Amino acid sequence: MALFLIRRLLLLIPVFLAVSLVIFMIIRFVPGDPIDNLLQIGSTEEQKTAMIAAYGLDRALPVQYAIWLGKMLQGDLGEAIILRQPVSTLIAQNLPHSLILGSLALAFSTLVGIATGALAASFKDGWLDRLVMTLILLGSTLPSFWLGLLMILLFAVQLGWFPVSGARSWSALVLPVLTIGIGGVALVARVTRAAMIEIARKDFVTMLHAKGVPPLQIQLGHVLRHALLPVVTILSLRIGWVLGGAVTIEYVFARPGLGSLLITSLNQRDYPVVQGCLLMLAIAVILGTLIGDIVQAAMDPRLRETLR
Amino acid sequence: MTIPSSALGRLLRTPRGLGAAIVLAIIVLAAILAPVIAPYDYAAQNLRNANMDPGALHWLGTDEFGRDLFSRIIYGARTSLAVGVTSISISMVCGMALGAAAGYFGGAFDRVVTMVVDLSWSFPEILLALILIAILGPGLASTMIAISIAYLAQFTRLTRAQVMALKSETYVEATISLGAGSGHVLFRHLLPNAVTPVIVAGMLATGDAIILEATLGFFGLGAQPPTPSWGAMMSSGTAQIFIAPWIIIFPGLAIAITVIAINLFGDALIDALDIRQRLREG
Repeated sequence: MALFLIRRLLLLIPVFLAVSLVIFMIIRFVPGDPIDNLLQIGSTEEQKTAMIAAYGLDRALPVQYAIWLGKMLQGDLGEAIILRQPVSTLIAQNLPHSLILGSLALAFSTLVGIATGALAASFKDGWLDRLVMTLILLGSTLPSFWLGLLMILLFAVQLGWFPVSGARSWSALVLPVLTIGIGGVALVARVTRAAMIEIARKDFVTMLHAKGVPPLQIQLGHVLRHALLPVVTILSLRIGWVLGGAVTIEYVFARPGLGSLLITSLNQRDYPVVQGCLLMLAIAVILGTLIGDIVQAAMDPRLRETLR
Repeated sequence: MTIPSSALGRLLRTPRGLGAAIVLAIIVLAAILAPVIAPYDYAAQNLRNANMDPGALHWLGTDEFGRDLFSRIIYGARTSLAVGVTSISISMVCGMALGAAAGYFGGAFDRVVTMVVDLSWSFPEILLALILIAILGPGLASTMIAISIAYLAQFTRLTRAQVMALKSETYVEATISLGAGSGHVLFRHLLPNAVTPVIVAGMLATGDAIILEATLGFFGLGAQPPTPSWGAMMSSGTAQIFIAPWIIIFPGLAIAITVIAINLFGDALIDALDIRQRLREG
């Protein structure tokens, strides 16, 4: 396991370099002079020269990348053009909101997904199974931002149970978590159901029945336990999707967070903020996948061998 | 023909497949015949009729500029379908070329392709698309490029898996030992057999691409006004959520119906072709 951990961690370095290179390119590839994108309107020629020197734009691209990378590793992500604050401050303000939203949504989809999947598998081909699976299919095909808007319409505008937007109270979290969570529930439930049905056919389950173990105990203590491995696999593969969902839903609910900050900055062409947000989101995806891989390897020793 | 007509016949004989096919045909026809069907000019403003309820005059109501929502939704179908189909087609062709080359030739090229595909696989499509929009700038063309690159990994991975599986079949080995060149083996034997699952996956991805386009449009990063797009319409509707909720409801319903029809049709196609197992290999 220790060897697996070391190898998996070493793998992060090239991945991180590749991702940071793409994000570094953003300002350079944007049409027009990057300096014009970085400068506030009405800046003098001297400010322009100072800016070129500050960003090292007069040097070769690899050198620029090295400088940018070095600054970034020290936590210096540049200055926001429109919000006129250090990008790192903006990110520090917004990141906790996204983390709370993302982890609650992940917990919700895992728990509810496993529960509904287990329920559907236990009543396989019955009306409950069909109803649950149809609802799940619907929930996973609807555009999440529309689902969010419908929730606002119903629960916030019509019924007035929850605030329409913002993040001032805990109750403002309910609708966003539900909206992101529903897509994940569909995925987790489908995998749980399929895995449980497959495992229920195995010989050891037949033997448990023969031994007279109560069916409920077989389902929960044996079948579900074995079915959790593919569920963890799919969750670890899709951990980034929760983040993607959070980006969209934060904007729908006008919640502070990395996603809202990113979309607003993209619309305002505030490129240093865009870079900072994308970098943080990319790091979150990479770390999420890492955690997923480690959990999987901890559960299944065979997987530790795959990283040669 | 890569999808045999017998499979299409089987598909249309199931109620699910037939229903989905009819709904899809109606949506595509409405998009093509938009100028004939739409009762109003999609861009004609009439501020006196702003935020009107759905009724006899305006079937689905009007938006905050008094523009007819029904006409805008029909024209929006053009944008959505055009973006979805174009970007997925580009993505499929590029992904098939990359995947086939990687799977057939192997070696260092295969390792690089696999690494890039695996890396982008862990990123949600929306995040990939946002990175690309950040580089390309907002707009319709960059939306298409962003979507096609966001789905590239999926098609590359699937084609590669198909080609790898077919490569070890006896008939391919026989062709190679008879002295056939790489081009002949790839284009005459491997790709024709690998293409069906990729086309079906592409069909299903078109639904996702339409949602992605709508999401980018909702963010204000997709098609720019006055081009009507379902996502952008809903985005402007959020300001009227208290007085004119239909501006949000109807375009979203249009997306939902389109995407569900595409998914059901694709799913029925998978059953009719009996390729569920091959799709999983990717």
